[in-house]
Amino acid sequence: MQKLGDFKVPHFFNYPPYYTLQPVKETREKQVQLWKELILDYCRNQKIFVIGLEEDYPLFSNPVIERSLSHEARKVFLNALVAEGHAEWMDKSHKKCLILWLRIQDWAAYILNFVKENGFEDSVMTVEDIRSGIETRGTELAGIDRGVLMRALRLLEQKGKAAIFKGTSADDEGVKFSA
Amino acid sequence: MAANWLPPVLLTASGRPVFLPGEIERCLLSAVDLEAEENPALPTLRSGLLVLTSHRILWIDESSSSGCAIPLAAVVHVFHPKKSLRNMFASPRVRIQVSTSPDGRVGEKGTRSEMVTIVMRGKTDPDVFYGRLLEVLRSRTWEASEESEGRERGSGSGEGSARVRMPVVGVSGILRKEQEMWESTDKSLQEAFHDLNALMSKAKEMVQLAENMRQKLLLGSNAQASANDDELGSKQEIQDWLLSVGIVSLVTKESAGALYHQQLSRQLADFVKLPLEKAGGMIALIDVYCLFNRARGTELISPEDLLQACALWEKFDVPVMLRKFDSGVMVIQNKAHSDDEVFARITSLAQKPDALLMGISPSDAALTLGIAPALAKEHMLTAESKGLLCRDVSPDGFRFYINLFKEIDPSDIYSIKTTGLVGAWVSATSTSG
Repeated sequence: MQKLGDFKVPHFFNYPPYYTLQPVKETREKQVQLWKELILDYCRNQKIFVIGLEEDYPLFSNPVIERSLSHEARKVFLNALVAEGHAEWMDKSHKKCLILWLRIQDWAAYILNFVKENGFEDSVMTVEDIRSGIETRGTELAGIDRGVLMRALRLLEQKGKAAIFKGTSADDEGVKFSA
Repeated sequence: MAANWLPPVLLTASGRPVFLPGEIERCLLSAVDLEAEENPALPTLRSGLLVLTSHRILWIDESSSSGCAIPLAAVVHVFHPKKSLRNMFASPRVRIQVSTSPDGRVGEKGTRSEMVTIVMRGKTDPDVFYGRLLEVLRSRTWEASEESEGRERGSGSGEGSARVRMPVVGVSGILRKEQEMWESTDKSLQEAFHDLNALMSKAKEMVQLAENMRQKLLLGSNAQASANDDELGSKQEIQDWLLSVGIVSLVTKESAGALYHQQLSRQLADFVKLPLEKAGGMIALIDVYCLFNRARGTELISPEDLLQACALWEKFDVPVMLRKFDSGVMVIQNKAHSDDEVFARITSLAQKPDALLMGISPSDAALTLGIAPALAKEHMLTAESKGLLCRDVSPDGFRFYINLFKEIDPSDIYSIKTTGLVGAWVSATSTSG
């Protein structure tokens, strides 16, 4: 199977009509579904959190069959993700899209689960630790977007599962998890 | 015996009469009865279409698609449709005397005669019909055809008495050729002027008509204070004149009046059969327009006429129909034409190994199906809307592939399928390397 980086693409990646926005309703719905999945899987695998419409991604252009998704098509698929809650537009002009293969609340649950499994309740971690520390290596949390992480932590804070406070250095924050 | 007192008329599949060689339509009337008033043994023919031609008077029963004819050669005398106090409110009638054989059949050179009344129950002017009838009787066109037929038959059978042609050699040959040329030119000039005279007399009528109308209108606008009766009368006359001129005064519209579109519709249905077969069951309307007008030669029809004629097909039982695609393209197709059959052929074409890899373009389909590329594209777009194909738009152009989306399961997109359309596609793409 073909690869983009170390990401394995599904077989229909080389099917030319996949790259043309289908006008027929049923066909379009299927096409959108497939692209949504592919985008989320790819971003999760490559740790891509933001997709810029003006930028090129190997996912959207297929040199083997010489086809690429039009601007309009990309917008359609990203909007579909936004509607599901798996993405958010970062600006009014819809040029940048935040990809949430896990939604914020899913991230919060994931963090909580990670904390429980590794016995980090009642301990303090810095936000940076969570993002790039040894403990999180190999998990989804490694390389997580800082903005996304903060939102997830705040959600936990609201639920009383965590407490955020300013750290020793000026630009780092710490989190204390409670059971 | 009494039932077939008139010789029958052959009709085409669309209900148009089959004409004799050289026979031309002169007048059409609807809702006409034929009665043999003085002989109750002969049945009355009710409410049919009357077609006056240069050779016969045809009576057609549209509901049963049958008809009969009175050969003009059998007409002995025509009586003028006098208007009298008695028959002012009745339907206009024209009575003709026809010769019959001893057993009551109408035909020329009969020994007895019958009186036939043509009762015009539709909205027609009996004087116009009467005038036309007199014209065709006077011109005796059927005799000319009989003569030429006789000549042909005669020259065919009499081999020994074939015309001996003078050898066309030498100066006498040249002179003879010149002579023949002059004679034929003279003849055709005469014929041309004959037609021209007819045209001139019609033109005179038209001019007179226009002049009358102008006068009436002038009078109408000047004499505002005239009595109401007068105004009503003039309005009615103007309407009558307008009707007699016709909406668009073409020769054919004059002869058929309001029936023009009906007859055109039937004629079109007959004409379109052969081109339809050649084109595989479907032709674009624009192509029919060109073909039909080219075949007509002189009495060209307008696009609106064509559309109206096609629209009328719904009312008749003809084997063709007009169809409009979503894109706006209009075609004429056989009623028996099956879309599903075309789709089956397209999808099987789309599943060939080459097509799986590269897709098919409308011109590829046109070549394989044997139809015009524009129509092939329509079929493919329709197949797409049914979910059989999907499109691929690229700098290379517009192509269609067999629809694989249907078979792909969104919850399991990474497994390699080996069955179904997707399996075929995967193996086709992998073998190509």
